[in-house]
Parts: sequence; structure tokens; C-alpha cells
Amino acid sequence: MHQFLQQIFSGLAAGSIYASLALALVMIYRATDLVNFAQGEMAMFSTYIAWTLVNAGLPFWLAFLITLAVSFAGGMIIERVVIRPVENAPVLAAVVVTIGLLLIFNSVAGWIYSYTVQDFPSPFPDRPVFGALMTTRDLGVIGVTLLMLVLLFAFFRYTPVGLAMRAAAQNPASARLCGIRVGRMLAIGWGLAAMIGATAGVMVAPVLFLDPNMMGGVLIYAFAGALLGGITSPIGAVVGGLIVGVTENLVGTYLIASQLKLTVAFALIILVLVFRPNGLFGTAVVRRV
Amino acid sequence: MAPILELRSLRAFYGQSEVVHGIDVAVEDGGMTVLLGANGAGKTTTLRALCGMVRREGEILFAGKELHRRSTEDIASLGVGHVPEGRGTFVGLTVEENLRLGGYLKPRQSPEAVERMYGYFPILAQRRRQQAGALSGGEQQMLAIARALMMAPRLLVLDEPSFGLAPRVVESIFGIVERIRREQKVSVLLVEQNANLALELADHAYLIETGYVVASGSAKSLADDPQIRRSYLGY
Amino acid sequence: MEKRFAAPESVTEGTSAAAAANTWRWIGIVALIVIAAALPFGLSKYHVFELTMVMIYAIAVLGLNILTGYNGQISLGHGGFFAVGAYTAAILMHRYGVPYWLTLPPAALIGFALGVLFGLPALRFEGPYLALVTLAMALATPQLLKYFDTWTGGQQGINLAKPTPPAGLGLDRDRWLYFVALVVLLIAIRTAANILHGRTGRAFVAIRDHPIAAAAMGIDTAKYKTLAFGISTLFTAVAGALAAIVIGYVSPEGYSLFLSISFLVGSAVGGIATIGGAIVGGFFIQFVPNLANDISDAAPWAIYGLAMLLFMYTMPRGVVGTLWPRIVKFVAARKIAAQFAVSQREGR
Repeated sequence: MHQFLQQIFSGLAAGSIYASLALALVMIYRATDLVNFAQGEMAMFSTYIAWTLVNAGLPFWLAFLITLAVSFAGGMIIERVVIRPVENAPVLAAVVVTIGLLLIFNSVAGWIYSYTVQDFPSPFPDRPVFGALMTTRDLGVIGVTLLMLVLLFAFFRYTPVGLAMRAAAQNPASARLCGIRVGRMLAIGWGLAAMIGATAGVMVAPVLFLDPNMMGGVLIYAFAGALLGGITSPIGAVVGGLIVGVTENLVGTYLIASQLKLTVAFALIILVLVFRPNGLFGTAVVRRV
Repeated sequence: MAPILELRSLRAFYGQSEVVHGIDVAVEDGGMTVLLGANGAGKTTTLRALCGMVRREGEILFAGKELHRRSTEDIASLGVGHVPEGRGTFVGLTVEENLRLGGYLKPRQSPEAVERMYGYFPILAQRRRQQAGALSGGEQQMLAIARALMMAPRLLVLDEPSFGLAPRVVESIFGIVERIRREQKVSVLLVEQNANLALELADHAYLIETGYVVASGSAKSLADDPQIRRSYLGY
Repeated sequence: MEKRFAAPESVTEGTSAAAAANTWRWIGIVALIVIAAALPFGLSKYHVFELTMVMIYAIAVLGLNILTGYNGQISLGHGGFFAVGAYTAAILMHRYGVPYWLTLPPAALIGFALGVLFGLPALRFEGPYLALVTLAMALATPQLLKYFDTWTGGQQGINLAKPTPPAGLGLDRDRWLYFVALVVLLIAIRTAANILHGRTGRAFVAIRDHPIAAAAMGIDTAKYKTLAFGISTLFTAVAGALAAIVIGYVSPEGYSLFLSISFLVGSAVGGIATIGGAIVGGFFIQFVPNLANDISDAAPWAIYGLAMLLFMYTMPRGVVGTLWPRIVKFVAARKIAAQFAVSQREGR
């Protein structure tokens, strides 16, 4: 029983990372019907920025804040420069552009920082708490993620810009008639998504270690989490990400050796989706004939 | 009175094809002008061209400013409140959020403006926490008009506000529009299928057929024209 | 959303402009076949091998085009079906001594059957959900191949003897395999054209563009969507089998997620709802990574990524999907101008 609970908690720590990235995917999907496959590599790049700053002698949290700011600006610039030309193109063209972006970030990171695996400092000590049910590090990761999620939900719920972003995602034409600059809202959305990704990257790097391929697996689990929760639902993304984290951990511990862990975890997720094709919290898209 | 809006040889396009072929329309400051015409005549396209939602050529003068190179957002910020065809409410957001979005450009006046709208449309006050999608057609139309009024526009553009609504609801909506027009000094450009009602309220009217203005004048003169009576008013 | 997946039909019969363009197309096709048949005699062995791979990738991309382009179902898992074909051929040749050319029909059959089986649950999924399900397939492929190692040779893979060309033709092995691939490609293109321009193809497109209307018209949506999956994976599995024969080696690493993504990229770059686009896609998959390597040793994939961006910016509907309608239009304009000139001369 004790081991089982341990596994659940460490699954939640991993799941909160997936949840963050899943939320970033959902934000962009709601605004543009586009799955941003470069989200993970953007996060990886942000993490390298944080690593550079820490190595330059900056205190961890200051480096983290600077990284967030740089990521926000970077996300906005990417939307304006890279994504905007395919705004009205077929979805597949936009998908290919995000895949191209993924390759560019991965390759450029390898070029600048090499593919050598690097240690990344954790801001949290690694001590068991709650009768060794979990570690302070897991607790820290979950705490930071939760804080970020709460801030984000508050932003969308209570600020005029957050409201305008929701409006622009839902009905761009009407939003323009209200004087909302829809293009700018999209860019802010990409900035926020990049910031969320940066948080996920910095939080996961001490566990996975830092290298240019670090976020590949995380993105896939996040994608699965986002869809499990319902690709149109931010709350679904968070819940879905957490479920994926716990499932992955339990499957790895109890069911099968790590060799087929990914396969089994995905099979389970797809089984759920067969019964709920729009995810746990998603709504069916009503289509006009 | 000087016109607040003047369209001069305005042409509008969907993709490559020209739908509106050089029309001249004016709205007097504080007045109400109606565009009449059959389905597909180009009335909605004219309104969309005015707000930069379709490609257009020609002159659009609004309160002394040239609009035809400006974006939809800019035109809204200059004081054109557009209630589009199909109402364009944010169905997934609450009534109050819809209103706050209408006041997006004027955040400081927003809270009082919301209360003022609840004054005009008491039913919206009752429904303020409901999702706009859950409202009836008439309520959604009221919400759409209220949302456009939230930005304190100088010109209110209404695209078929009576569409799909019961006659009693239509009358009450037009009654409120009329009251707001007098109290807030808003000019109105209206597109309407219900010609009887429209000519009763408006002071100027234009009849549009296949992208051309084929008749124009005071609402009264159009209402008295025997041919127009036969084709559009049904008596 | 599925509306945005829809690329314009490459050409519609009936108008005189399209008919004129059609004549030119046939001339072009015959010229291309002649060039393709002559090409291996002027090239080095390695280049012949490269072109063989281009054709194999073209067959795989053609399969994906049927599913994604014509039926609107996105797949990130076709690398998995490519692997199925490859391992079918490899196991049959290695364990059972089946001659290489006899492995293609079973590969096709297994590809079709697995595609239909996979298509059944996939019926419930659309857009990103289908992408996830097929992504899972792509991810699982190398893991499963390693796991069932008694059959697949696990991590080491299977080495295959390269086939010997028939005596008397005077062709060496690489040139012979080039012609084998060329023949299979031509059969694949002909078959795809027959299916897509017939009743089945019209049903695919109807389901892609107006799923509810298609169902209301009495099109058995489930049947045709499953069929599209089966036909698509059949093509891709045959391509996989050919690749195994030509390369002479299979191993789990060759069929990673990256291969699936390459197919999707090749499909988008060539033009998703076009047949000719598959060949352009084949060239892209085979050559652009090498070119990128030549341009920059340090960050080749960045160059590859940039190439993807540039293609999508300049030709968002793919090379063929963007250029072909323009050619049709150009020919039409020329024809109208010519007719006008004639009527002028006749001095009506």
C-alpha cells in the first residue's frame, strides 16, 4: 500500500509537468485549431536559457524569472514571424510548419549546446516527507505547477486581456468588431504557452537531465493528456496530464517492464477514448451540413 | 445636418467577384438610414465593406475620417458599433462577459455602461451569469445590440435585427433602439427585410438591387412610391 | 476543421480547359516514363539506389495521400505500416526462403488487413484524436519489434540476401531493383487513379468535405472510411516490403516516429490530395536531408526544418496542389485567347 501511494505521488509530480505542457497545447489549439508539435522543443530551448543563466552565476529563481520573460517574448515573436504566414493555409501546412520548427529548435540546440547530457540544478532539496510518501522535490514541482495554473486561470477569468483572448479564440470576427486585435491576442497566447512550457522544462530538467531531446517524450505524454482530457478543455488538459503521469508510473511499476511501458500506457488511453471520443471534459463539435 | 457617414462609389468583393458595384449612401448625424432590398442584393456586403470585413474600393468617410484603408478593429475604435448578421454573440461566454467585451476599448466607463444596458434591457440583467448561447433569439439580439452600444458608438450598424424573431419581439427591440437613438444621439444604419417597419422608423432609405442603388430618398417618399409599395411593401 | 484539410481537387473532367490540360498531362506522363526508364543507364549505382528509394517513398506517400488527402483522415503512424510490410518481406525471405518478388502480395494483404482492423476503432476519431491514435502506433512499432525478437531478430534486425537479377537482361542488381520499383510505382499510381477517379474516390472526397451530407446521401461512411484506411496501408506496406528488399536489412530503429513524420511532410510538400504530389514527396524525403547535411554539418535538421517552412510558405497546398491548378488556368486562358483570335480573324 505504501509503495502504491508512493508511486501515485511520484506519478502526480510527472503528471503535473505533462499537465502544464498539455495546457499549452490546448491554449493554442483553442485559438487556432492547431496542435503545436514544437511546444516541447520550445520548452527545451527555454530550459537551456535558464541553464546558461544559472551557470553564469545568477540565483536560480532570478534565472527562472528571466527565462519566463524571454520565453514569453520568444513565443510571441514565433507566432508573428513563423506561424502567421500559414494562418489561413490548410491545417496540414500549419502542422508541417510546427514540425519544421521542432526540428529547427532541436538541431540548433544541439549545435549551440551539443547533445551531451547536462546536469540541471534543482531548486528544491531532495528529502522524504509525509512518512516517505513523497520527496520535497516532487512537492516543489507540484507546488510550482499548481501556482502557475492558478495564476493562469485567474488571468483568463478576471482580466480584460484574458477575456479578450477567450473571445478572440471563440469568435474572431465578432472580437474584431469589439475592437480586439485578434492577431495580437494570438501572439500573447503563444507567449503564454511558451512560458508555461518553460516552467515545465525547468521543473523536469533536474529529473530527466538536460539534453536537446529531453522534451520529446514529455510532449507525447502531454499530447495524450490533452486529448484524454479533451483538446478543447483547459481543465481537461490538467486532469488528463495528471492521469497520464499516474498511469504511466503505475504501468511501469506493476504491469510490465519499461520496454513496453509506452505502448501499454497508450493502449489504455486509447481504450478510454474509444468510449469518450471527445475526451473526458471535451465537448463534441457541432457541425453544420 | 452634415452626414456622419458617407459611402462614395463603394465597391465590395468576395474573393475575385465584385458584389457591390459603386454605391453612394449617406447617414445623417443623429439620423436613421435603412438599406432595403431582396436577399443577395448586397446589403450585408455593404455593411461588411464599411467595417473592413471584405475587400473594398471607393471612399468611406466617417465623422471626417477616411475608413477604407483601416482595419475592422480601428473602425470599431473610431466609433462604429456593428451588430453583424447572425448577431455574433460569444455563445460560450456569459451575458456580462459579452457586455464587458463590448466595452473592451473603454475599460474605465465599462461598469456604468453595463448598468446602463441593463437599464435598457432588463431581461439581460436577469440573465447576466448565463451563457449567451442559452438565451432565446430575441434575447441574443438584445445582447448583441447592447454589446455594440457598450463602446458608446457614434454610428450603430444593425444587420437584420428582426431576422427569425416574432413580430412582438421585433417591435420591442425597435422601440428600444429608437429610445437609445434619441437619448444617446447615436446615428443608425439599418439593413432590414421588414420594409414596412423600417420605413416607418427611418428618415432616409436606399433600395439596393444586385449591387446597385436603384432608388433613394426620404423614407416617406419611398413608402409612397407605388412601384416600391407593390414590390416591397406588399400593398 | 476538416474543411481546412480539404485541398482542391487536382483536376475536374468536363471543361475544355481541363481536357486541354489533360492532353498535355498525358504527354508529360509518357515523357516522364521514358525518362524514368532511361535514367538508370546514365547514373552511378549509388544514384540509381537513391532514385529507387525515391520511388518507394512515393508509393508510401501515395498511400498516405489516399487517406489524408482524399479522405481527410490524418495519420502519424504510417511508418508503422511501412514496417509491417518490411518485416513481412524480411521474415518470409529469411525464415521461409520465399523469393523476394513473391513477398509483395502477402505484404499487401497483411497491410490491407491491418489497416482495416486499425481503421475500425479509428472510425470514432477525428483530427487530433486520430493523430494521437496513429502516433501511438508509430511509437509502439519499434518497441513491439524489439519485444517479439524470436520473429524479428530484436535489436539486431534481419540481414537479407540481395536478390539476383534475372540472367540475360544484362542488368546489374541495383538497376534491376530500380525497374522493379518503377513497375510497382506505375501499377500503384494507375490503381490509385482508378480508385480515386471512380465511385469509391468520390465517396472518399464526399466524406472528407461533407461527412453528414455524405451519410444522408446514403454513402456508407464507416465502410468507406475503413476502406480508405485499408487501401492506404496496403500501398504503404508494399512500399515497406520493397524497401526491405532493396536495402537488404531491417531493424527496429529504421521505423521510428521520424519515418511516419517524414511521410506526412512528404505528403504535405508534394500536395496532399494529388497523385503526382507523392513523387515530389518521395524526392523530398530522400534528398532534402542529404542536401541539408551538405549545407550545414553542424545543424542539418535545422536546414531540413527551414526547407519545410519555405515550402509551406510558398506552396501551402504542396508543390503539385499549388502549381497544377495554375497550369490548368494558364492553358485555359491560352485556349480562350486562341479561340478569340480565331473568331476575330473570321470577322464575325
